[in-house]
Amino acid sequence: MSTRLIPHPLLSLTLVLVWLGLVNTFTLGNLLLGLLFGLVIPMLTAPYWPNRSRIGRPLKAAEYVLVVLGDIVVANIQVAMIILFKPDRDIHSQWVTVPLELTSAEAITVLAGTITMTPGTVSSTLSADASCILVHCLHTDDPDAVRDQIKSRYERRLMEIFQ
Amino acid sequence: MGIVMDIVISAALVVSGIFGLVGSYGLVRLKDSLQRLHGPTKATTLGVGGALIASMTYFFAKTGQFTIQELLITLFLFLTAPITANFIAKTYLARNVREDELPRSPADYGWAVYDDPPRQRMDE
Repeated sequence: MSTRLIPHPLLSLTLVLVWLGLVNTFTLGNLLLGLLFGLVIPMLTAPYWPNRSRIGRPLKAAEYVLVVLGDIVVANIQVAMIILFKPDRDIHSQWVTVPLELTSAEAITVLAGTITMTPGTVSSTLSADASCILVHCLHTDDPDAVRDQIKSRYERRLMEIFQ
Repeated sequence: MGIVMDIVISAALVVSGIFGLVGSYGLVRLKDSLQRLHGPTKATTLGVGGALIASMTYFFAKTGQFTIQELLITLFLFLTAPITANFIAKTYLARNVREDELPRSPADYGWAVYDDPPRQRMDE
């Protein structure tokens, strides 16, 4: 019964918190309205989450968020430096293919988003069977190092979180 | 408001302005569409982030209340920016790049822009 009433507890909790954050004042009315959203929206969207994966280790997820936030700051500075000081002919853009060990759609989405937000890489497309990802690299002379960094820094952590 | 708060707010605004400007300059300066994608997806994240930190600090110093709306804006940005970039990249691939110009996918199936997915995955 509880699985039918609250099909996705984490989504419900997120919705309540986001609602309270949006109105930015904590009152009983807002809490009730938030709870209503938290109940109704997961029920309505349940068909779109046929086999959702679980976050096994919340602490690992928090660590991942911090690592990625740090990398985003570094990425900003690196890309700014390339834009400002590297002449066009010295910018070696390359395609990098990263084979994936992740299988769940949610995990791959998070990885693709992370790749786009971090140093000099934008994830462009997946292979049709979702077994590898094509990444465009703004500037690199060593595509293998980029691939290894993505695998060891982000994918390894995501494997721990989602599996 | 104390002088310290003023300095923090100003610093955040200056950082935000610099990165916003550099990101937009990259949009003009870089050679092709795929390179241009790198400017707005990254340099501007810190640009917007700086403005939001300044806003949070200002309202915290002025009213003593901690506002979470800025954090939510950051969260929504992190959700939408990669998706937009991915869509632009895919559209660019589909319109301007031939399959043989890309590295071959090591898997049995080609890149999703050009190749159909295996049947059973679609039914999942």
